[in-house]
Amino acid sequence: MDPVKVIEIKKSIFEDNEVDADNLRKELKAKGVFLLNLMSSPGSGKTTTLIQTIRLLKEKLRIAVMEADIDSNVDAVKIKEATGIPSIQLHTGGMCHLDAEMTRQGLDNVDLEGLDLVILENVGNLVCPAEFDTGSCKNAMILSVPEGHDKPLKYPLMFSICDVVVINKMDVLPYFDFDLDKCKEYVHMRNPKAQVIPICAKSGEGVENFAGWLLQEVKNWKNQ
Amino acid sequence: MHELGIVFYIIRDVKKVAEENHVPLVKTVVMNIGEVSTVVPEYLTDCWRWAADKEEVLKGCELRCNILKAVTTCNACGAEYATVEHGKICPLCGSEDTVLKCGNEVEIKEIEV
Repeated sequence: MDPVKVIEIKKSIFEDNEVDADNLRKELKAKGVFLLNLMSSPGSGKTTTLIQTIRLLKEKLRIAVMEADIDSNVDAVKIKEATGIPSIQLHTGGMCHLDAEMTRQGLDNVDLEGLDLVILENVGNLVCPAEFDTGSCKNAMILSVPEGHDKPLKYPLMFSICDVVVINKMDVLPYFDFDLDKCKEYVHMRNPKAQVIPICAKSGEGVENFAGWLLQEVKNWKNQ
Repeated sequence: MHELGIVFYIIRDVKKVAEENHVPLVKTVVMNIGEVSTVVPEYLTDCWRWAADKEEVLKGCELRCNILKAVTTCNACGAEYATVEHGKICPLCGSEDTVLKCGNEVEIKEIEV
């Protein structure tokens, strides 16, 4: 039998991705483009929230959207039809998240010239997207009322990496045991700096607060 | 649920090391997996078998997981305790101001060729 030779590696599998992500952020900074990574579980209302947010911002910012899903292009089509802004669909090929390399490949298909803001709608999932830095400038997530106020305790990493937590579907609050104060408390236990913004994407109520946060962040990014 | 994605990262990194060292066949890949890394070792090895056999340099290659204990440090009293057993609340002083010291590793320790 051949003697076995051991090659020591001792390297985190996330290491390359973190380098890729930092490089991507530098490139975006040089181009003056702000990348928002929007995450949530499936069905929390990411696409509807985006449509309402884009309606409020599209006269102020030049925006494009990248939709990431395992399959289908329903979200990209919906965004384009509802808002008229450029929207592309990325397929992750079975992967449950996007990493910085996949994000870069997506951005290669977007004409960044003259853009202020690219919104990446990540795969609906509260676990994996939190572990992979996409190279975004800020992270936002949406938690919807039917999911329950205890989610920050169950998915701590997701809540700890987000700059803003949007609470969606506030209109159905009377029908669920969702405690907004408890939810805020749990979010801040995991991430004292996170902003919590309650909205109803369907009616548009409160979306101006999220849009206002985003507009300010884009301005800060350009002026930094 | 994300083990297959992680397997693709491992394959990419191991193939790179194999190429650099002119290794035709890797026999074993040894991983360090933290107890609270959110990676399930059984799923990881299942996904590994499926994906690794598709690669010439990894055909039949075994994936072994070393499980590393998770330890949390309490910022209030300075104690260190087992994370899996006690979670985020310090069992000594009851503080919630605690931080994970180790246990979320997902790293390739070494390969046998």
